[in-house]
Amino acid sequence: MVKTRVRYVDSDILIIGGGMAGTGAAWEARYWCRNCRIILAEKANINRSGAVAMGLSAINTYLGLRCKENTVEDYVKYVRGDLMGVVREDLVYDYARHVDSTVHLFDEWGLPIWPEPKTGCYVREGKWQIMIHGESYKAIVAEAARKAIGDENILNRVMVTHLLKSPTNPNRVVGALGFNANDGAIYVFRAKAVIMAAGGGSQIYRPRSQGEGLGRSWYPPWSSASSYGMMIEAGAVMTMMEARFVVPRFKDGYGPVGAYQLLLKTRISNVNGQDFWKPHLDEIRKLYSGKGKYVDLPITPTTLRVYAQRLEWMAGRGPSLMRTDETVKKGTESEAVAFEDFLDMTISQVGIWAGQNHEPSERPYEVITTEPYVMGSHATECGAWASGPEDLSPRVIDGLPNDRRYQYYWGYNRMTTLDGLFCAGDACGANPHKFSSGSFTEGRLAAKAAVLYLMDHSDERVEVDRQQVDSLTAKLIEPLERWEKGKNTVVTGPGYMHPIDPGKMYWKQGLFRLQKIMDEYAGGWSTMYITNEWMLNRALELIQFLKEDFIKYAVAQDWHELMRTWELWHRILTAEAVVRHMQFRKETRWPGYYVRADYPALDDDNWHVFVNSKYDAETGRWELWKVPVVHIIEFP
Amino acid sequence: MPSYVIPARCTGCGDCVNICPSHIMQFTKTGVFGRKAVNIEPESCWECYNCVKHCPQGAVQIRGYADFTPLGGAVEVYRDEETNRVYWTIRYRNGTVKHFVFPIRTTPWGSIKPPHETPEPPKDMLRTPYLSFEHEKLGGNKLGVELPRIKVPEMVKVEVRG
Ligand SMILES: Cc1cc2nc3c(=O)[nH]c(=O)nc-3n(C[C@H](O)[C@H](O)[C@H](O)COP(=O)(O)OP(=O)(O)OC[C@H]3O[C@@H](n4cnc5c(N)ncnc54)[C@H](O)[C@@H]3O)c2cc1C
Ligand code: SF4
Ligand code: SF4
Repeated sequence: MVKTRVRYVDSDILIIGGGMAGTGAAWEARYWCRNCRIILAEKANINRSGAVAMGLSAINTYLGLRCKENTVEDYVKYVRGDLMGVVREDLVYDYARHVDSTVHLFDEWGLPIWPEPKTGCYVREGKWQIMIHGESYKAIVAEAARKAIGDENILNRVMVTHLLKSPTNPNRVVGALGFNANDGAIYVFRAKAVIMAAGGGSQIYRPRSQGEGLGRSWYPPWSSASSYGMMIEAGAVMTMMEARFVVPRFKDGYGPVGAYQLLLKTRISNVNGQDFWKPHLDEIRKLYSGKGKYVDLPITPTTLRVYAQRLEWMAGRGPSLMRTDETVKKGTESEAVAFEDFLDMTISQVGIWAGQNHEPSERPYEVITTEPYVMGSHATECGAWASGPEDLSPRVIDGLPNDRRYQYYWGYNRMTTLDGLFCAGDACGANPHKFSSGSFTEGRLAAKAAVLYLMDHSDERVEVDRQQVDSLTAKLIEPLERWEKGKNTVVTGPGYMHPIDPGKMYWKQGLFRLQKIMDEYAGGWSTMYITNEWMLNRALELIQFLKEDFIKYAVAQDWHELMRTWELWHRILTAEAVVRHMQFRKETRWPGYYVRADYPALDDDNWHVFVNSKYDAETGRWELWKVPVVHIIEFP
Repeated sequence: MPSYVIPARCTGCGDCVNICPSHIMQFTKTGVFGRKAVNIEPESCWECYNCVKHCPQGAVQIRGYADFTPLGGAVEVYRDEETNRVYWTIRYRNGTVKHFVFPIRTTPWGSIKPPHETPEPPKDMLRTPYLSFEHEKLGGNKLGVELPRIKVPEMVKVEVRG
């Protein structure tokens, strides 16, 4: 028997994940509620956790309202165009109008943002991006969160695995279950409101990296899709999970391209030095222009540019080359900018260049597309379906059922379809392009709404069901029990590998199986991101076996492996949602992200809609349906 | 090994163990050298360099992923919270060396003023769209302009197809 120590932690607000969104939530929750008990559970160490653990070299979302650089309307149009017409404009407008105040807080706290001395504004990387010296970005926002809620209320190294529901109301979230990956203490969190901010999902598809370098994916290996996995299992309505995302990055190190393209104005060519876009323009216009005239927008949508590069590649003229030889000059400011862009957020790329003696001022470098990621904060929009703000969301959408599964507003900004459960950052769907600053902002929005929710429900007592907790705890530690029981049944394999045992599945074995399925059947890089109905059905069949094997055979030798094991479970559920959504949407809307070869064109008549879904954990059944896109800003 | 520890320099202080976002910098169980840190799972390492930046002894270094990085190059870092600078040295396989220095923060560490040091906001502001510090009543207007709004009709009519 595995010995367990269970700790009950009561709070008004529980924040799951202390990344950009979670730290924003902690700050704002304390601002609005001075005597609330606010707890933040973080899988790693809040000072350096999440997608910004290494730092960043740019803030990708800053409008510059103060300097009249942009308007919120233009921003919404840009984001909508980038996602080929399908976004929740109420949610995008909402974070966009607040994001500048977040950036001004960062500035005041000490984040070095490049100043523009002449205008008193910031140096622009691109129309929406500004440059920072962001090595300590995460450490700075962590300080703000720690100051706001107190170190004693931040539980580092606690991985949250399951959400808890009220015994009397299956639609009400009342807390969560987790454990400390260092010492194995099990935590039962009872909370009046829960904010899901556990980030996005990497390593669901087979990465291009391999072997010892497997962890070098673009999104970090610790982005374990926990946000989605927990919300799916709890029955929250999810949206746009099919829009999983592919980015062009410098080869092998996944170095960012933003500063090269936008700030240094470096062009990308094919291997013959020619333009990759024009040869494919007619075909792309024919298939993907649609009502939104996407191909001719002032900023071409990410997904179409990515697609054109891939077509060049498939025509034998790839890979794409970033022509750094034309813009980077050795020993000058441009070289410092080029290297800082990597050193602030993808140091490996410099390591690779050092090993290859690569001088960017002398030669171009390859740029290729990554494996797909499931996330909601970049140029993509996977996540939970949430209520919008009171003053921007249509209150009632007539012609649709009066039901959270279809409506845009039910009282509390960023509350999911489950009562008391809020979402922010990667966890929140249908509002892309938040990036670091927008995710922090969305955390603030969710926290303020959570405080309002507490005030409106002050006489409600949250209770958790002993039996539910006991059975979930038993499930949580089952992989350890299985290991204890079956120890020494087989002796095979060298010590550095997991044993070969017909009665056990270790996390890495399950993870590789998942990555292979997703890569080969659900539009990964090995099939050039192409899939069809048959392949998606096959993926579902194989995922079903994997789910069964997890339940029957998952095993962990210690608390660290138990963390990896539950990360795997979150990834599996997320993968299934992705495949179900891709199968439901019978068109190709984002060809750069994936192509449904059996429906290779945009179909605005039938698919200018959100795809929403709900999972029933008891029966394993999924429901999927369409929700119309309401444009609050003139379209197209 | 993406990150590796030089045992002679490691005092077993645990700073790298504490910071690693991937939970893979851990202590060796026993050993004649006493407690040392070790990367137990290189294939889950992002080469984020946090263990390197946080080691007070300079005992952690990184050797690029051997699967795609030719040997012989190195990226070294020293991060200083007193001068608030990060110092990089890049050593190429062919001997070329590049140095870069960047600022990391413009204010002293620990200087952020917590939100509860501003007066408590009036409760009715909870029902407005303003966030903290966006309105004079909430500690000043950090937005720089009045909060943008648009008029959205209360009732929207749509039809579902298919
Ligand atoms: C290489 C790279 C470059 C980028 N470049 C830029 C850029 O230049 N500009 C920009 O603005 N944005 C950039 N981004 C995007 C930005 O980092 C993300 O949009 C943002 O961090 C998302 O915020 P989040 O809070 O949703 O997720 P994260 O910041 O990833 O936070 C999630 C947190 O949840 C924790 N967690 C996960 N699972 C659990 C669990 N089960 N229990 C408890 N805690 C858990 C994690 O440890 C983490 O702390 C970049 C990202 C990457 C990876
Ligand atoms: S480089 Fe980052 S992920 Fe790798 S061991 Fe060090 S702290 Fe952990
Ligand atoms: S921080 Fe340095 S000295 Fe301390 S345990 Fe890690 S490697 Fe050893």
